[in-house]
Amino acid sequence: MATIELINVEKKFGELHAVQPVNLTIPDGEFVVLVGPSGCGKTTTLRMISGLETVTDGTILLDGRDVTWAHPSERDIAFVFQFFALYSHMRVYQNIAFPLQAQGESRTTIRQRVAEVSDLLQISHLLGKRPGSLSGGDQQRVALARALVRRPAAFLMDEPLGALDAEFRETMRAEIKRLHIDQSATTVYVTHDQIEAMAMGDRIVVMLDALVQQVGTPFEIYHDPANLFVAHFIGSPGMNLITGRFANGTIHLPGDNRYTVPESWVPALQAALGSEGDVVLGFRPEATRVTDTGQLNSTVYAADLHGGFIMLHLNLNETDIVHARGSREIQYPIGTPVRFDLDPEMVRFFDPASELAIRKAVD
Amino acid sequence: MSQVSAQPHAHPRRRQPRIQVGDRLLTHLFIWPTLILLIVMNVFPLFYSLYLSFTEYSGIGDTPPDWVGIENYEEILSNTGHPDKRDGNRYWHNFAVTGRYAVMSVGLQLVVGFSLAMLLKEKFRGNGLVTTLILIPMMLAPAVVGIFWKLIFDPSKGIFSYMMYTSNPRDHAWLADPELALWAIVIVDVWMWSPFVMLLCLAGLRAIPDYLYEAAAIDRASAWFQFRRITLPRVAPLLLIALLFRTIEAFKTFDLVAELTFGNPGGDTTEVIALRLYREAFPPQFNTGESSAAAYIILILVIALSNLYIRALGRLRED
Amino acid sequence: MSNVDLQHITKQFKDVTALQDVSFSVQDGEFFVLLGPTGAGKTTTLRVIAGLTKQEHGNVLFDGENMNELPPADRDVAFVFQQYSLYPNQTVYNNLAFPLRAPLRRLSKDIIDQRVREVAEKLRITRLLERKTAHLSGGEMQRVSIGRALVRRPRIFLMDEPLSNLDAKLREALRVELQHLQKTEGSTTLFVTHDQIEALTMADRIAVLNEGRVVQIGTPTDIYDHPATTFVAQIVGTPRINLVPAVCENGTLYITDSDIHLPVPQDCPLPETFLLGVRPEDVQPTPTGKLVGEVILTEPLGVETVIHIKSGERTLLSTVSGIMEARIGDQLKFDIASQRLHFFDMKGKRIG
Repeated sequence: MATIELINVEKKFGELHAVQPVNLTIPDGEFVVLVGPSGCGKTTTLRMISGLETVTDGTILLDGRDVTWAHPSERDIAFVFQFFALYSHMRVYQNIAFPLQAQGESRTTIRQRVAEVSDLLQISHLLGKRPGSLSGGDQQRVALARALVRRPAAFLMDEPLGALDAEFRETMRAEIKRLHIDQSATTVYVTHDQIEAMAMGDRIVVMLDALVQQVGTPFEIYHDPANLFVAHFIGSPGMNLITGRFANGTIHLPGDNRYTVPESWVPALQAALGSEGDVVLGFRPEATRVTDTGQLNSTVYAADLHGGFIMLHLNLNETDIVHARGSREIQYPIGTPVRFDLDPEMVRFFDPASELAIRKAVD
Repeated sequence: MSQVSAQPHAHPRRRQPRIQVGDRLLTHLFIWPTLILLIVMNVFPLFYSLYLSFTEYSGIGDTPPDWVGIENYEEILSNTGHPDKRDGNRYWHNFAVTGRYAVMSVGLQLVVGFSLAMLLKEKFRGNGLVTTLILIPMMLAPAVVGIFWKLIFDPSKGIFSYMMYTSNPRDHAWLADPELALWAIVIVDVWMWSPFVMLLCLAGLRAIPDYLYEAAAIDRASAWFQFRRITLPRVAPLLLIALLFRTIEAFKTFDLVAELTFGNPGGDTTEVIALRLYREAFPPQFNTGESSAAAYIILILVIALSNLYIRALGRLRED
Repeated sequence: MSNVDLQHITKQFKDVTALQDVSFSVQDGEFFVLLGPTGAGKTTTLRVIAGLTKQEHGNVLFDGENMNELPPADRDVAFVFQQYSLYPNQTVYNNLAFPLRAPLRRLSKDIIDQRVREVAEKLRITRLLERKTAHLSGGEMQRVSIGRALVRRPRIFLMDEPLSNLDAKLREALRVELQHLQKTEGSTTLFVTHDQIEALTMADRIAVLNEGRVVQIGTPTDIYDHPATTFVAQIVGTPRINLVPAVCENGTLYITDSDIHLPVPQDCPLPETFLLGVRPEDVQPTPTGKLVGEVILTEPLGVETVIHIKSGERTLLSTVSGIMEARIGDQLKFDIASQRLHFFDMKGKRIG
């Protein structure tokens, strides 16, 4: 097993940065997820770690060994591709055996290792089949088996669930994470799906426009997003972000709403914005409490059932819509006035100019 | 129709269903001329020649076809034949020449074509231009190719002997040498048709997704291992198609041989089956009945061959 | 706007039965969602209603009027496709105006202009009107497609997975907009999707289709709380409903191959063996829980955490709100909300 270190690793295509310099240390056994919209550089970063893409500058260390210019085959890593990249002209057995055969392992070793790993992934009954005849989920299991069979130092996975139907995705998500817990192999996982990132990662690296936006645990990323992008990107729906004007401990919000800033936040806001200034108030839907005495007022734009609860979409004014948690017991026809409060523990503030989160001073 | 016209007033916006009739008429107008042409030019000759193959008949004689049953087929396939007919018992020789020619020519084309494709698969400057240049031979008419290769092989004027032999190039006339004449034809055919094989292989090679090679690199496979386990099996179906096309063509080869040697040297050392058929069917023999039978035998052979390949291809596809 | 009646529709493609005796009625102004997996017959149903596909048997009625013999052009329906079928070299304005310029309509330029601008306003694409559609983003293109349907004021809107090509955030936003628009316009809408969230969130009523048959019709609450079969139970709700075999003995319900047992509800006559369905939100960890299992996996999704709890051979999924840091390998106490259990016979049909 291995630690992976990226030191100022960057990638340029001509003058264009595909990845701005990244510094990241992944300790042995950690599951790190790179997440971001398409074109953010997450896959390029992963491919640089694998050696399938060369770096423009910087150093990659694998267990302290400099592998920056090593060929993929010299890095002892496994790579799981989005579209499985199975050898479709071979049977499942040959696919899994391929990395061992390429190393000239003995026949008995190969047979034994393939049996072991296919047992682990519960695909023993598929060994004689062609990959093309399998479901997406099973194809990805075969790809995982091919990666596991070599017992590599680290796993790199490029959107391994991206090509699967929704029904398989949830199951495979749990399976891969379970596998990681059992094998505790260092894993770098790329996805555009923030739910996957949250569900799977020990730590999450959020990327946008070739630049790392935030690195943190799911809890940190969800509750203390570093900037407006992360706040909006993580969560479904994302964090409510309403621009207002801060003055004298209150924020004037659209629709003639006034929000009293919790005491503990006032010094931080004053430090960041001065005595008066524009501010973005951020809160998750579950931070709202719908009550008749609520401080903020709004009208229902739409309301919908999300399984266990109702998601309310509320108009503060014509254009500003916030998402809030409603009770399944109550009907919310369009246009109904709704008042709500915010949980003071769960509000966050952002500077609209820099788009960065305003942090409380650490005492 | 009747349902629709029964209620035209209920839906005033409804258009008359005239277009449907028009469509049908148009369909017929397009199909029939083609069909008639096909029947006159293809279907009738096919069946008429089948009939002729069971008769004693000469296309220029004034006697009507005389039904002889399978006698023509017997004559061709039995090794004896009538001694009074020119080489009546030598059809087997023609098949053997054709077979040798097909194996040599197609085998070489596959090797040369595939190698060229491997080279051109890589991206480099001028790739498109080189590809086009290589493709030129197969775009020429075989007759033209025949004429100028005849000049190339000419021991006194041609460049071939000049390049091949440092001493006395004029003594080495490949086209007149019973040992080498067939090879000479093979060289021309390979020159002309390797590009075709290359084109097919190139399509096959370009269709192999890069990620398979990436996966193999991650799996620590050597270049040779990748070639053996990924490249070759992936291109195999297209190689098979090339093999099929070229073999069938080789069996039908006529023009190149006619132009370069016309079966010579030695009267028939390069006499492929199609050439024999020509000699039998047209002046001076005009042995229409027997040559029809020979033509049918070739047809059946080619069909059998195609079937063999198609079946093999089907098996490859399944995988 | 119109109501739609489908009566015993059957459709065969060669030897595959695409639709088998499909019947339902859509009320005037209703948002009706056809939900099902790929190949369930949802799109075929929509195409039969539009007249793009002809059924073998059965009737399509709009406001009681039989549509069977009418070609698509004369049915006055609007169809929004999954692929945005816009004219790429035309401006957004021309794309929107196109359906109104049909000579049959004989609309004046002013009226066309007025309607186009009205619809553009509603869909928030006014600023795009002069742009060529080729330069629009996916979300904008689908807005224009919907606009082109709206502008005609058809009797019925038919939408075939219009949101499935958009990325998650856009899909969410457009879903809410579409829902609001449909409610305020009161347009009769049939909406096809394989996404259960879209179905639950947007529909007035849902028809669940499987293998060419209607399995259940009901409001989102009906479908979610009273699924008629295990198929329906599994197709709605994420994470999926826990579905485990169980037996009843002496007034106690035992989940087979596990240590979980519950009191049997009084009002429900149960066979000897049956399938028990429990929604993940009804499996609630609590310090006073009477049941216990091992945490084998946690998935913190932010708004909630999915906990995989193993008892014997069975794994139950539980969702708790917020991010819960349960450690893997921990023994976790939990309760199961006994008034919200679902029972199915071994063939998957709901009991009680």
